[in-house]
Amino acid sequence: MTLEGGVALSATFPDPSGAAAPAGLEVSPRKKLGFGGWFALVWLALVILCAVLGSILPGVSSFNTTFLDAASSKPLTHGHILGVDDNGHDTLSMLVVGARASLEVAFGAVAAGILLGGSLGLIAGYYKGVVDLLISTVFDVMLAVPALILALALVSFLRGDPQKTHWPAEVVLIIALGIVSTPVLGRITRASALTWSQREFVMAARAQGAKNFRIMWREVLPNVLPALFSIALLSVGIVIVAEGGLSLLGVGIPFDQKPSWGNMIALFGQSNLRDAPYLVFAPIICLFLTVLSLNLLGDVVRARFDVRESSV
Amino acid sequence: MSPRRKGERFSDAPLEGPLLEVHDVITHFKTARGLVRAVDGVSFSLERGKTLGIVGESGSGKSVLSKSIMGLLPKRNVVRGGSIKFEGREIGSATQKEMQHYWGTEMSMVFQDPMTALNPVMRVGKQITESLRYHLDVSRQYAQDTALTLLESVGIPEPQRRLREYSFQLSGGMRQRVMLAIALACGPKMLFADEPTTALDVTVQAQILDLLQAQQRDRFMAMILVTHDLGVVAGRADDIAVMYAGRIVEKAPARALFTQMRHPYTEALMKSIPKLALPSHTRLESIAGRPPDLVNPPRGCSFAPRCPYAQQRCRDEEPKLEPVGTEGHEFACFYPVGTPEGADALATNQAATNQAPTNHAAGAPTSGTI
Amino acid sequence: MSFWLRRLARLVVVLVCVSFFSYVLLDLLPGDPVTTIAAFAPASVREQLKHDTKLDEPIPAQYWNWLSKFSRGDLGNYYRSSGVDKVSTDVGSALPVSLQLMLYSMILTVLLAIPLGVFSSYWAGTWFDRLVNATAFGAIAIPDFALGLVLAYVVGVKLRWLPTSGYVHPSNGLLKHVKSMVLPATSLAVGQIAGYMRLLRSDMIATLQEDFITMAKAKGMPSRRILWRHALRPSSLTLLTVAGLNVGALIGGAVVIEVVFQIPGMGLLLATNIRAQQFIAVQSIVAILAIGYVVVNTLIDLLYVKLDPRVRSVRTAG
Repeated sequence: MTLEGGVALSATFPDPSGAAAPAGLEVSPRKKLGFGGWFALVWLALVILCAVLGSILPGVSSFNTTFLDAASSKPLTHGHILGVDDNGHDTLSMLVVGARASLEVAFGAVAAGILLGGSLGLIAGYYKGVVDLLISTVFDVMLAVPALILALALVSFLRGDPQKTHWPAEVVLIIALGIVSTPVLGRITRASALTWSQREFVMAARAQGAKNFRIMWREVLPNVLPALFSIALLSVGIVIVAEGGLSLLGVGIPFDQKPSWGNMIALFGQSNLRDAPYLVFAPIICLFLTVLSLNLLGDVVRARFDVRESSV
Repeated sequence: MSPRRKGERFSDAPLEGPLLEVHDVITHFKTARGLVRAVDGVSFSLERGKTLGIVGESGSGKSVLSKSIMGLLPKRNVVRGGSIKFEGREIGSATQKEMQHYWGTEMSMVFQDPMTALNPVMRVGKQITESLRYHLDVSRQYAQDTALTLLESVGIPEPQRRLREYSFQLSGGMRQRVMLAIALACGPKMLFADEPTTALDVTVQAQILDLLQAQQRDRFMAMILVTHDLGVVAGRADDIAVMYAGRIVEKAPARALFTQMRHPYTEALMKSIPKLALPSHTRLESIAGRPPDLVNPPRGCSFAPRCPYAQQRCRDEEPKLEPVGTEGHEFACFYPVGTPEGADALATNQAATNQAPTNHAAGAPTSGTI
Repeated sequence: MSFWLRRLARLVVVLVCVSFFSYVLLDLLPGDPVTTIAAFAPASVREQLKHDTKLDEPIPAQYWNWLSKFSRGDLGNYYRSSGVDKVSTDVGSALPVSLQLMLYSMILTVLLAIPLGVFSSYWAGTWFDRLVNATAFGAIAIPDFALGLVLAYVVGVKLRWLPTSGYVHPSNGLLKHVKSMVLPATSLAVGQIAGYMRLLRSDMIATLQEDFITMAKAKGMPSRRILWRHALRPSSLTLLTVAGLNVGALIGGAVVIEVVFQIPGMGLLLATNIRAQQFIAVQSIVAILAIGYVVVNTLIDLLYVKLDPRVRSVRTAG
């Protein structure tokens, strides 16, 4: 998966680490969580904790609290580990609180994508024929526009005039990024559903008189979920990055409302890169570690379920 | 090894003596399960212009043997031993770079599956001319003409058209002929034919084998014909070596092998060939049991578990390859076929188990049948 | 024949849908589009806006109006307090700049990804391979813009080797032009190099195990030749398939990088116009980027057919 500063869900680089290793090469057994896997879990748990608890955590101040006398101070001075920005916000606090906004958008968008894309894909893979043709064409058309451009277009037009918009920024982002993730998640679900729908147990269920919906829900879906789960993890990473990209393009969550990793990078990257680079690098490092962890876990999940698949 | 310029043959190679001398060659693979002893002590020699047939079931090590002799195996996790002398020069320990001088020009190989052995995205003609231009340093036109002649000589119709085609556009038999053309392009002195007809229709098999024989005669080339099918080497090989579990169990001039076979495995192979003369519905004879585990070979003779002649001695001691009366006939057995000891052993076993000498009950499908 | 016909039909359908989508965006605008776009403009400008876009007519008529103008190169206007200006002038100067950026990053990608992929497949399992692979895995996780900011700081601010922003046209100094594009192109390229390299490596490893490679060895061909002339060609076909999909990511990445480095390409134009609420301009720019992407994808598809002889014959048969 490549995560260029845009929403490039899965379709760009198929992950080759699942490819067969030739005899003679040592293959590290991917079933165990290596050092990377544990690190990823710990980091993600930490991030989720920050997102959920936010300013309740000790040492973290809410966004409204400002330390004006310590404004613009460097890291490890005045008792602020990561320094303070020009307006008095503590960097560490912003990071912790910002995790919430970034994760809300990411999980929201991927959930929306799975719901919409997943259902469409499931239907397409199960019913095949004309239904499949129709849905696949829709997916194809959606994929015909570069992902970030599509997201940008949707966000900017849904928002319109930022002064007068009635929808909160996150909702707009979730809708837009959810729509963009739909075709990719949908295609994967469709492919998986196609394979599983052709298995004997589906035919058997139908022969016993089960209704289509029931078969899709009880028989096909549970088998499709593992593949989807792995892609979902990777997609969360991609959407987090996309939020950053969109922020840089000016359509992210406004910083005055609440910080997010994306708008922190955008704002500080623009105004503080020279004099206070730590303000930019802190959210960048958080972003990088989070995406890396999601990639690692997605890999582990995929490897584990691939192995199971091959033994079926 | 003296360095050789491209296009030059070894001018100081002796013309006397065998072309190929293989002595006690072993090839073991290091795997997760253990050391796989694919080839476990093989020796033979090959004269110029002669054909040696190596026969054995899958897993006997015959393909590994030919790749070992050519030196085509990867370096990692492979243990090699023994001596391989080509024209008097030791090549068993040669590096890949050194072997590149031999491959194509001195020794060549025709592979089993022509579909996968030909490059799918390279034109057929190019696959031939590439060899010519690299080794013999000839012009493009000359290479093209030679390729054309080669295709004609292997019996491909419309060779001019074929030169520009891709492998998937040709039939199985034609692909095999093309492979042969590639192998023969630079006039090697020795050709390995590794199961050259297994992937082909029966009707085409005979054509290809005839072609191989004709080319060999015309070029005075030595050939090693590797197969699981005794029928393939009958009448086409000068000598035949029967391999089992990485070793040669019997080796003889072809005639002698068919008329005076000594090793029980050879006998079993022979018996498993269906013959037209037999009435219909005759049960096909198969060899009971399964091929041996090459990681933990049993003590004693490796064929003993499946051998109808086996006695206690066979399970304790490993028989060595010994020459017998007829010149050039060697085998490794304590109770050989057609001898009093063998007959006694067989009778003892039959009495003990009260079964017919050929055992159908084993159940597991075995090779050795066609 | 029917193969090409089907392809053409698909292309037309996609183009129509994409252009229609670009058009329909305007309807997503909450509230009155006129006040949103021409917020501070005088009444005359607003009148012109209404006239140009035929906002009072039904949607199909609006779409047709827009489409006919667009295909003739009329990309709409700005409706600002300063008056009405054509968008196509700006696009005319921005498009080449974006193309340059993408081209440079593609060149970098090909120059680095292919050798890295080939060599790490050849030396698979060695320290070289493990190092490269691990680095690639990390490189994929870094977003382009993040890398851009880091490079801008380290190379531009601390080391002062290269400018951190701005663009110099080649006619104003080739060296300066190149210097201004190095950091942006590199930021875009790194993620791509990592991705392509891994893909090529795994494909090559699989190819190198095929029989025809052993056959080439048995012909006496040297390893270098086998790697580059025998193994690379079949393996590179997957790269090409992926390249088509990846152009989309490239376009998206380029847009953000332009903002980071203030390169006056389509991306910066887009961002500026969104900020200024000039949605007519945004519409046109989006349409151009989308249609460009479709065209490039189609070209890559055609290229693939040309390069893989197997596909060609299957298609003519079917």
